[in-house]
Formats: sequence, structure tokens, C-alpha cells
Amino acid sequence: MKIPLSWLKDYIDLDLSLEELARTLTMVGLEVEVINVIGLPLPENTGRQEFKFTGLAWNPEKFIVAQIDEVMPHPDADRLTLCRLHDGIQEWVVLTGAPNLFPYKGMGTLEQPLKVAYAREDAILYDGHKPGYELTKLKRTKIRGVESFSMVCSEKELGISDEHEGVIILDSDAPTGTPLVDYMGDAVIEVAILPNMIRDASMVGVARELSAVTGKPLKVPSRKVTSTGPKIDDLAAIEINDPNLNPRFVLGLVQGLSPKPSPYWVQRRLRLAGMRPINSIVDATNYVMLETGEPLHAFDYDVLIQRAGGKAPTIITRAVTKGENLTTLDDVERPLDQHTILVCDTAGPLSLAGIMGGLESEVTETTRNVLLEGASWNFINVRRTSSRLHLNSEAGYRFGRGVHPALASWAVDLGLERMAAWSGGTIAQGLVDNYPQPPLDPLVSISVQDVERKLGVTIPAKQIAVILTRLEFVCKVSGDVIEAQTPPHRLDIGEGVIGKADLMEEIARIYSYNNIPETNLADELPPQRNNLELANEEKIKDILAGLGLQEVITYRLTSIERETRAYLLGQTPDPENYVRLLNPIAPERSVMRQSLLASVLEVLEKNARIRERLAFFEIGSLFIQEEENNLPVEPRKLVIGMSGKRNIPIWNQKDTGNLDFYDLKGVLEELLEKLHLEAVAYQPTEHPSMHPGKTAQILVGQTPIGVLGELHPRVKQNYDFLTPAVYVAEIDLEALLPLIPLRFESQPVSVFPPVLEDIAIIVEEAVPADRVEALIRQTGGKLLADVRLFDVYRGDRIGAGKKSLAYSMTYQALDHTIESGESTALRNKIVRRLERELGAVLRDN
Amino acid sequence: MSEKPIILAELEIAQQKALALLAEIQDEEPLQAWKREYLGKSSTVMSAFSSIGQQSKEFRPLVGQVANQVKQALEAALEERARIVTEAALTRKITDERVDVTLPGRQPITGGLHPQTLVLRRIFSIFAEMGFQVYRSRDVESDEHNFELLNIPAHHPARDMWDTFHIDQPGVVLRTHTSPGQIRVMREQAPNPIRAILPGMCYRYEQISSRSEIQFNQVEVLAVGKNITFGDMKGTLNGFVRRLFNADVRTRLRPSYFPFTEPSAEMDVECFVCAGKGCSVCKGSGWLEIMGCGIVHPAVLKNGGYDPEVYSGFAAGMGPERISMLLHKIEDIRYFWGNDARFLEQF
Ligand SMILES: [Zn+2]
Repeated sequence: MKIPLSWLKDYIDLDLSLEELARTLTMVGLEVEVINVIGLPLPENTGRQEFKFTGLAWNPEKFIVAQIDEVMPHPDADRLTLCRLHDGIQEWVVLTGAPNLFPYKGMGTLEQPLKVAYAREDAILYDGHKPGYELTKLKRTKIRGVESFSMVCSEKELGISDEHEGVIILDSDAPTGTPLVDYMGDAVIEVAILPNMIRDASMVGVARELSAVTGKPLKVPSRKVTSTGPKIDDLAAIEINDPNLNPRFVLGLVQGLSPKPSPYWVQRRLRLAGMRPINSIVDATNYVMLETGEPLHAFDYDVLIQRAGGKAPTIITRAVTKGENLTTLDDVERPLDQHTILVCDTAGPLSLAGIMGGLESEVTETTRNVLLEGASWNFINVRRTSSRLHLNSEAGYRFGRGVHPALASWAVDLGLERMAAWSGGTIAQGLVDNYPQPPLDPLVSISVQDVERKLGVTIPAKQIAVILTRLEFVCKVSGDVIEAQTPPHRLDIGEGVIGKADLMEEIARIYSYNNIPETNLADELPPQRNNLELANEEKIKDILAGLGLQEVITYRLTSIERETRAYLLGQTPDPENYVRLLNPIAPERSVMRQSLLASVLEVLEKNARIRERLAFFEIGSLFIQEEENNLPVEPRKLVIGMSGKRNIPIWNQKDTGNLDFYDLKGVLEELLEKLHLEAVAYQPTEHPSMHPGKTAQILVGQTPIGVLGELHPRVKQNYDFLTPAVYVAEIDLEALLPLIPLRFESQPVSVFPPVLEDIAIIVEEAVPADRVEALIRQTGGKLLADVRLFDVYRGDRIGAGKKSLAYSMTYQALDHTIESGESTALRNKIVRRLERELGAVLRDN
Repeated sequence: MSEKPIILAELEIAQQKALALLAEIQDEEPLQAWKREYLGKSSTVMSAFSSIGQQSKEFRPLVGQVANQVKQALEAALEERARIVTEAALTRKITDERVDVTLPGRQPITGGLHPQTLVLRRIFSIFAEMGFQVYRSRDVESDEHNFELLNIPAHHPARDMWDTFHIDQPGVVLRTHTSPGQIRVMREQAPNPIRAILPGMCYRYEQISSRSEIQFNQVEVLAVGKNITFGDMKGTLNGFVRRLFNADVRTRLRPSYFPFTEPSAEMDVECFVCAGKGCSVCKGSGWLEIMGCGIVHPAVLKNGGYDPEVYSGFAAGMGPERISMLLHKIEDIRYFWGNDARFLEQF
């Protein structure tokens, strides 16, 4: 909300600098977003800036209140005038093109001089002819043969608004010769209104907060103009159908007025506050809304009488009944639902309660009598209607957050006064006030100890009472307990323990968060425990990063189409199981993912043109809607994707070829080894994304924990990869993590020398290599410290359908030196076992 | 007495000559040649030994003795010379050896962690030392946990604060914040005291831009106990911020609004880019918004199973992406889930 400083000062005396004021507002919860100076000096540059300042400062030497004594025609140009102007020191002739001076052209010396904002030579101001706000310096030039070096300013040139149609005509009592900044220098402070502080979307509300902090009294406006018209009672009536929807409705009447432009100071305030002046009737309603926070609505009274068949109108408020429409004053016909509240008369709907008036009963240039509405509405209904109709109005904004019904009569009174003052007319006596449901205004009790317990600071009862009293709570102090009656302008204070918290916030805000001392937690510690799942996931990440893989984190929002790419035709996840968004931001982010593999493949694809070696992994959740009307399951997965070169060839390092199945398998073996998992086995398997001959299931003991393999070439075709083959692993963390042992045992290291020996055996191609190694290990027992497969050979020398496996064996004992006899015996035992069980033949070359 | 055998003279000559030559030798190869010449099988010394038998008996001991002396002298000299030669060779080698230190090194295969894993770990570890434990909960949440139990009833104005993704199941949303975890952890722990960190991915219906994402991490801090105050919240969060950024960073708390805390506050830290002078990062204000916090609302405590007349607590929520962006001058939030290797490899 935009707060013109001059307006705010109507309600409180302030002696704070702009920065102090901004700091004070921010610290009570009205965060200052920007301060736009309108003439007032910008703060000095101290090297530390707390707030953002914009706007134009008016140099007091250069910008002066001046008076135009005569408007003369320009000898050569119809659209220009020459003004005889006095700036308090001397007389000048100033060239202008302002259309609003034309009516005075050729009238000779004006009886009533025109007061204007005059800029002298070298003044720095905004260029009125350029779009936006561009600074320029007034220079001496010649226009159509007439020398020009100073000017009469428009609002835009002074930074008041973007109005550049004519020059500002100041009120006639403006003192000629005074620096303009002293006469009307201002600043607009823009604050963010928190959802629970809608009471402060008003000048009085903001002033009240300042009054609470500074102790300066709040000057609450009240009506001064007396009613001289007839009694209102017989001129209008109100019927409220549902007090829950409409707790209060107030009407006042002004007769015999005529809309005209509002006084300049009113227009200026409205513009500075961000509203467009319309005419003196509409401006009065807007002015009072900005002043009090209560939106008002003006009806053309004569239209209502006409609709009532010449009789006094009866205003009826009710919920929409099925199938009703209303044309709002923006000339849009709007279909309505049963949550909408309508203001009607006996002839039908007039306006959308609390949001926008209807077109028919709107105030126009011909309006002479105004029935003025101030009311209070159920905020939920107002919110639902404005959000359903996408109708954002200043009234809807306030009523949609809750406006206290007590404000209605006060605001109508102020509205009547302003309307009569600015538009003429007389005010009918009294108000029609239907107030079936006053709110509760809770009485809350809070103690010094309550405050101590929640805020950690001891504030004496008297001080608490002072803070609350300045916020207009009515307080009774007895001992350490304060009983506070909620003031009739706010709906945000609850009852009991909630009310206590609400008061706590008020006390803390005004006492200032800055004054609450910083302490360390001294309360009892909860029972300490580990988050093992998280710890193990983080350990897996560290191991994989150490093995040369880069972690990625991808969107969990995706589309079925994107995921389909990661699978062979017809093997995609069940579309029924997707968690689908009702309101996706785009079709490509419309479901929660069921495949982490698809996410990682997208990363590989994206980086394929950036890096020659691709090695990524991600740990994250999947989302599977297993049952209707239940929250989905969110299993955790690990996916690894590798492709491209094994290493990056550079000048001293040759190309070692492309990554293959065994590079990926090595990563997994190392990972599982570092997690101290035992009995790990790999078995051929199938997977809907993978190559049928190059895929293995990983088992830890009997538990399958995932698969690894080559991405199926047909699946790969769905992606824009440059590299020859892609290798992926998909690990089920729900299965893996519980298997990771909490502790593991280390192995002793032998001090006795090892005996090294190589053996090569020939087996049938179908014999799996891990079977051979397992037998070797089993037979070798404790004395066989290590076995390493160092060669696999297939070829003519051993015959078709066979392979030769060469192992390097290390015999070593913990307690003695192995003699050659012992190692030979062991070796023979191993070979015999392989011969017997696998039909192996010892290869001797 | 017969004449001294000629071999004695030959030995003396050989010794003189050998020693003279040895003194000139600079390299290993001539040294070996010298050794063959003067200590090898056919050398004078070795011939002297083999000639002993042919000498007259009276001189045999003398020849043996002299030959031995010469051999020892030559061997000693050789050893000394060899030492000098080796030393000189090493010196030469060191002097001559040079690599072009400007050529690039051999590239090790490296991997790395995502920047958000790294920043989350920093956050966890700072809080862990204050006794806060990590508690994770689900991404797809019930409206009840995400809103209702957090004191945000349907159609409440506060709902405007979150643009929510709804699921085709009624009453289910993508969590808009990690706060629903507050309810879950409270219901699990009540009536024990709580010090918990709740990290997780959250979702908001927004246009994706360099400043806003539809998916983002959040870390929630929750402390519940019998004696927890606003002052404790200040102390704990200030301690955290000082450890995360630097020891003497200035902070401020200003009033804010969250339906699940009261009083609520926004914590700002002094902009460390411009030291509070005002810059583009802090949008000219000198302050950076770093987290929202507040005293747990009594309705939330009650919903979590704690009696608000007995228990109190504080909660705070921060955005790890924002923290990374500030710490590392990342100007586009889309980098995080964009996963371009050129970005990721910088961390
Ligand atoms: Zn800055």
C-alpha cells in the first residue's frame, strides 16, 4: 500500500526522518518496500542504506510557488501561450503550451492570479515529453523566436504522477515565493500489508501503529459537517437475509449534489496513493476507504427510486440464487454462484457485495442524489467470489481479509461529509443502520509470566498495558495479569490460548523484536537418535562421487510422454499409477515421476554434447499411486547412468576407449564392497529399458536390490545421444539400505610372505565366471588370500564354445610361511575340484 | 739374495699410472673400463697374485704383500672415485632434468556432489551440533497436513501465500512447504521435547524464471519443549547464520506473518555482497531475507499433541537454493535442476 507522508500526518504528528519512519514501520510489521520522494530531499549517502529510495528532490532554490498574473497569446503559435509570472522576487515572461491555461488567454491581468509550480533555469526535473521518468536540466533555448529558460510544471515533470496534459494549478492560498518543497514536498512510502494486518490498509491504521511505537497521540477523524437535510428513516430501508453473510449494513444520503473534479489536494493524494481520481463523489468514497480501511459504495439514489416504482428503495442483501447474473460497472456480465453475496433492491441485484458495484445504479455525471453504503461482509464469501471471477478490486481486497463492522457507520459519516464538501448538497439526518450481528471482540487475559514464558523477556504489567492501550485495547491490570478488551476495529484477535498468542505478537511487535535478548536453548534435549537412512544415502553419494560420478538432482514433476521414452514400447509404467496434477503449469510437468531412470537419461542426453565422458547418479523419490484415495507411496531409488569415453584423451594420456558394461559393474562392485555387503551376486535378467543380453540383477544374499546393464538400443533411439552405448543401473534403496550393516569387522594382515601363482583353465562358454571364482575361493579356503581374474581368452587354440580363464592366486597364511609343497597341494586340490565340478581343463602353454 | 722380482716394480708403476688415470675419470663408463684394466683378471695386480707361485720362495711373501697393498689402495681409490662420479652424475641429472610445468596434468577421473547436497549438509551439521536431528517426510501431502492442521483453513486469506499444485485425488496436494512435517514429527514425538530439522522438496505453482522455481528445497527447523522462548529462537537462528555466513554478520528480525507461528518474524542478514551499502543482490536495501520464523502457534501445538499452556516452541523455514545463490553468486535458480555438467562441476 502506498502511503503519502502528508496524508499520514493528518492523523499523527511525526518528527522522524524518512529513514527512521521507514525503519519504524518495518519493525512493526509494515515492511517498507520503497520510498518515493516527491520533492523532499533524498537521504544523504552514508554508505549504509537500509531502504530503497526513488523519486525527485526539488531544489528549494529552483522550484518555487509562483503566480501567473496574465496569460498572453504567443505572437506566432496558437498552441503556445506567454505567461506573465511573479516568483516572489521579480516578474518573468514564461512560455508554456499547457492547454489548461488557454481559457485564461487574452483575459488581461487576472483578478485571481493562478498559483503554479515554477521551475527556474538549471532546475533538474523529469522530461514531460519522454516516456517513463527521465531526468533533464532546464536549459536556456529559443522556441519560435521566444527565449525560454524556465517553466511552469506539470505533475509528471515534478514526479507526482504521469499527468502531463496541463500544468498544476495550485490552491489559491499557496504562498507566492515559497520554495515548492516547503509548500507541498512529500514522499510516498510503499509498505507490504501482511494478511493478518488488513486493518492497516488505511492511513489511520498505519498511524495507529506509529502511535503505539512512538507514544504520539492518534488523531482519529470524525465528521464535522452537520446534517441539514430531511430525516433518512423514511427515505431508505435495509433487509438483511443472512447476518452471517452480512453482519451490518449502513446507509447515508446526500441530496442535491453534482459531481465535479475534486479539489487539487484530494486528487493529488489519491494519485499518490495509487488511485485514479474520477469525480468528487467517487473520489470521496475512495478517499474514505484509504483513510479508514472501510470500502464505501455510492448508489445513484434516483435510479433506486425509479427501480422501486417511485417509492423509497429497500436494500436487500442475500446470497445468489441459482442462475443469477449481474453486469458490473466495468460493463461485464458475470455469472454468479451461491457463494456470492448480492446487494439488491426490490427490482433485483444491484452490486456484488464487497467487490464491485453494478452498472445500472452507478454514479454518473448526472447523479444529483447519492445513497452511500458502508457494510461488512463474510470474508470467505467475498474471497471465493473475487477469486472465482478473477475480480481484484480495492474493496474485495479489504473485505476478503475481514473488515470490522464497527467501521461502517464511522466511514459512512466521513464519506457523507466529504461528498457534501466536495460536491455540494445537503446530508440527510441520521443513518439507516442494520447491525444484526456485532462481532465478539474477545476479552483476553495475559500475564507477565505468559510473556516471559513465550518471549523470554520480563516486561512489567504496566508496560504491557501501555502497549496494548496504545493499540486501543481497553486494559485492566491486576497484579501481573492484564485483561485486554479487543478494540472494535480488528478481527484478528482470538479467544483463550489463541488470543493470548495474538496479544503476544502485539506486545512483541511494539516492544520491538530487537529488544528481546538473544539466548541459547536451555531446555531439555530430546532423546538423541540417528537418521540411518539419511546417513546411508549420504554415504552412498560420497562413495559414488569418489568413484568418479557426478550427482544430479532433477525435477520430480514430469510428463508421461517424457517417461515413456525410457522404456521399450508397451513396457511403460502403469498410467493409472501416476500422481497427476490437477493444475499443471505446463504439459511437460503434469505428473509426479515413476521413473528415476527417465530423469537421469534426460541428464545424460543434455550433457552428451557438453562432455565426452558421462557418469551421473541421482538419489530421489518416485511417486506411485497404488490405491485410489490414499496418499501415494514414495519409494527411494538410486540410478546411475554412464556413457561415452572411459577417460578424456589428452596429450599424455591415450584414449582408452568407451565405457562398457564392466565399467558400470566395477562401480557397483566397489559401492557394495564399501558398504560392506556380503554375498553379492549378479544374474542375467530382463528389464523393460535394457538390453536383454547385457543386463544383470544384483542380489545381496537372497534379496534383489536392483539391476544394471546396457540401455536397450531401441530405447536409446528415443534419445539424442552421440555416444555408442549407455549403461544404467537402477537400485532400490528400500531394499538396499536395510541390508547395510551397522558395523563390520576388519581382517588381520599377514606378516608371512605370500606365494604367487597363475593358473589358467578352459571351461565351456556357458559356465559363468563367478561360479569358477566362487569354487576357487571355496576350495582355497583361508590360505587363498586373493584371486584375480586377469585374462579371458576365446579362440582357435582352445576350440569353439570354450573360454580360457586365467587367475592370479595369492597363497598366504596368517600364522606361518607357506612352503612350496603346501601351495602345490592346494593348487592341485583347486584344479581337481574345477575339473570335477565344471569339467574344466587345466591349460598349459 | 736374488734380485727383487720385476713384478714389484711393475706393481708400483701400475699403481701410479692407475691412480693418475683414475683421478681424471668423470663418468661411470670409463670407471668400469678402468676397473677392468687395473683390477680385472688380466690386470697387473691380479697377474701379480697369480705369479706368486713362479717367484722365488724368498720373495713370495713380499710379492703377495705388495700386490695386496696395491689392490687395496686401488680398490679404495676406486670406491672414492665411484662415489664422486655418482654424486656428480646425480648433480648433472638434477641440473639437466626439466619438465614443462605449464603443460596440463593428467586428468584424474573425478566425480562430485550436487551443490544442494553440499549446502544441505552444511545446514544439517550446524544444527546437529545444537542437538537437532534430521526428519524427512513425504512430498505428496494431504491438504489436512499441508494446511488445515497448520492453522490454515480452506478459503483463509493466508492460503494466498501459497500457490498450490493440486492432485487429481481430492484433498491431496504437493506440499508447498516442509511444515506438514512439523505435525508428523510432533505426533510421533509427543510429549517428548523436539529438536528437528525437516528438509525436503516443495512445490509451488509459479512461472519458472531466473528467480522462481516450481520445485525447491526447504529446510524447516522445529524446537518444542517446556521452556522455549522467542529469545531462544533468536539465539539459535543467529548462531546458525553466523556459522553459515560469517562470525560477525549483522542480522535483524522483523515482524511477519505465518499462520502456524505467532509471533512470526522474517530474519534478514546484512548483505555480504555490498556490506549493507545497497546493491543489486539486496535490491538496494542492504539486507537479505534469509528465513521466516516464529513461535509455534498454539493451534498447531494442539494439533501436534502438545498442550499449548505447558509447551512452547519455535519454527523456522529457509530456502537452501537461495542460500546457495547468495553464497556462490548464482544468478539463475534454474541452474539447480538444469544439471549442466559445466555448472555442477564447479562445486
Ligand atoms: Zn547488497
